[in-house]
Amino acid sequence: MKRYFHNLGEKLIEGLITISGTVTSITVLLIVFFLFKEGLGIFSQSPVAEGSVIAVHQNNPVKELKAAEVKEIFDQNITNWKEVGGPNAPIKLFSIDDITDYYTEEQIGANFEHLPQRLNELVAQEPNMLAFFPEEYLAKDFKGHRIELANVSLGDFLLGRQWYPTIQPAVQLGVLSLILGTLWVSLGAILIALPLGLASAIYLAEIANPKVRNILKPVIELLAGIPSVVYGFFGLVVIVPLIQDVFGLPVGETALAGSIVLGIMALPTIISVSEDAMRTTPRAMKEASLALGANKWQTIYKVIIPYSISGISTAAILGIGRAIGETMAVLMVTGNASVIPHTFLEPVRTIPATIAAELGEAPQGGIHYQALFALGCILFLMTLAINLTVDFVSAKKKENR
Amino acid sequence: MNTTMIKSIKTQVSSLLVATLLLGACSKGGDAKKENVEGDKATSGATTITVKGSDTVLPLAQQEAEKFMAKNQGAAITVVGGGTGVGLSAMQEGTTDIAMASRGLKTEEKLKLKGAKKDVKEALIAYDALSIIVNPSNKVSQLTREQLEGIFTGKITNWKEVGGADEKIVPYSRETSSGTYEFFKEHVMDKKNYANGILMMPATGSIVQSVSQTKGAIGYIGLAYETKEVKALAVSYDQGKTFVAPSMEAAKNKTYPISRPLFFFYDATSEAKVKPFVDYVLSAEGQNTVQEIGYIPLSK
Repeated sequence: MKRYFHNLGEKLIEGLITISGTVTSITVLLIVFFLFKEGLGIFSQSPVAEGSVIAVHQNNPVKELKAAEVKEIFDQNITNWKEVGGPNAPIKLFSIDDITDYYTEEQIGANFEHLPQRLNELVAQEPNMLAFFPEEYLAKDFKGHRIELANVSLGDFLLGRQWYPTIQPAVQLGVLSLILGTLWVSLGAILIALPLGLASAIYLAEIANPKVRNILKPVIELLAGIPSVVYGFFGLVVIVPLIQDVFGLPVGETALAGSIVLGIMALPTIISVSEDAMRTTPRAMKEASLALGANKWQTIYKVIIPYSISGISTAAILGIGRAIGETMAVLMVTGNASVIPHTFLEPVRTIPATIAAELGEAPQGGIHYQALFALGCILFLMTLAINLTVDFVSAKKKENR
Repeated sequence: MNTTMIKSIKTQVSSLLVATLLLGACSKGGDAKKENVEGDKATSGATTITVKGSDTVLPLAQQEAEKFMAKNQGAAITVVGGGTGVGLSAMQEGTTDIAMASRGLKTEEKLKLKGAKKDVKEALIAYDALSIIVNPSNKVSQLTREQLEGIFTGKITNWKEVGGADEKIVPYSRETSSGTYEFFKEHVMDKKNYANGILMMPATGSIVQSVSQTKGAIGYIGLAYETKEVKALAVSYDQGKTFVAPSMEAAKNKTYPISRPLFFFYDATSEAKVKPFVDYVLSAEGQNTVQEIGYIPLSK
């Protein structure tokens, strides 16, 4: 009887563990599925705001415009139709708010009931007008013709250089500068954190006496507990002006500032993981090296580092993982300008910072919202690649043993 | 349930944190706590009003709500931020009683509300002025609207083009989610788009901080955020004939051009419910609070 209960209890616990494992895996897969479902939606959307129409006079030969051209036209950088393949005539812009310049409120009607007719008339009268208005006010017998914009393509999305997710009438979603910004900042962070972290790890593992190590290690690990917004603030008031003065730059919010802040944030991971790896070097190996006449530095350089190299790589990769996904600190110190960076001393905009800053105001289901999810997918793929590398390296480590 | 509480859901905890640190306005939290304690003692709740929308109006509405509730035991007002657009769509769906807005309704929004057969009333509650700020070491002390447009669209890139030293111009903007970003684009930049390489900061506090430590910087902030570490510029909207420096006075008598109205919008059907609060904000006492917080009261 007792044995039976014992078995039942065991079965129950086994079942619970299986269920929680399954539920967790399913949740993770669902989140990934959701991320990609939302993100991939962007490629079936037109860059023109939903429910809006861009239209021209029926005799206008221009049938198609690119999103970039629409932006340039509305910025008044393109002012003549011949620049986009039309007749030699100035472009006259019209958006729905301008309707009161052409008609009185009475003509439009108190409840806008005459608005479709008025828009129809207006576009028919003005041969050089480029009109932008809500689709519901498109008259049934609309005389002008609508200009269709091509959907966002994968190439435009990944290789576009202009990130204007909220502009009217057509958004521009080029994320190349954001991807490069993220990689740039992460690369800088790892270049700063790796040598420093490695040096500290060697010091802690081999050189420091146990008393010092017992104080230093918890202090370094404390770094991991500081909230990232505090790092960001520290970066903004200390590191940013410092960089500005040292390099004589017009602006201190640069990729370098982000890299330094992230480097500091990645240090605790790198130090503890690589220190642990170094401390697993068998005593016999170290002593054999010393017995052969090698001094302490030679032992570290020729024996300990090669032995623990896979642990050190894991540390570096985990550090990069943290740097790539970090949001708040980067948002505060890198200036968030969406330009392609050529040096470390230029402002950059990273993917996590973009998502954090913009998701709050992006209308759900809209193209901007989906673009942010697509950015999330890109970030996910980057981190996935890093995790796979970690797996690969640790597998190799086991093989070595 | 006899609790009177203010819940202010801070959409951008971080930005507020920065602002709090920079302004040293830590005392506000303490006040809110005290309110809660006092509120707990208050007797039965009668009306519950939700106010949602613009983050610019948020601090004002919060303060007004606290004072209103202190005077009217039993009233409960929940103030939530999120942005002007968020507030207006929430009102359309009926999930908020009052929508706070840092701009008037756009034609598009009017059309939408008409479509939903909503009769919306507006109450102008205050004005907010935007200051254009530069580093104190900058020689330039005035700019025209056209020059500002050139700077923020990236056509003017050196201070010597506008009468300053030979120094690169570093324009700072708010993030795209901010109502101030849109307002500046519409009223100062003539609806043109910002330059591609513009620096975007998550909060007004960060703009003040960055402008104060960057020699060639220029940025825009609410009048209330001006500090001694930055210099405000006089601006001209008539091609350089008259320049007006931003001040409470100039904004009040409308000589300062970059100011915007702040509104409460509410559905006509819930007018009876929200009227006492709206009237309180418009009263002399409410308008005093407007000035205390750094916005411009309505001139009588």
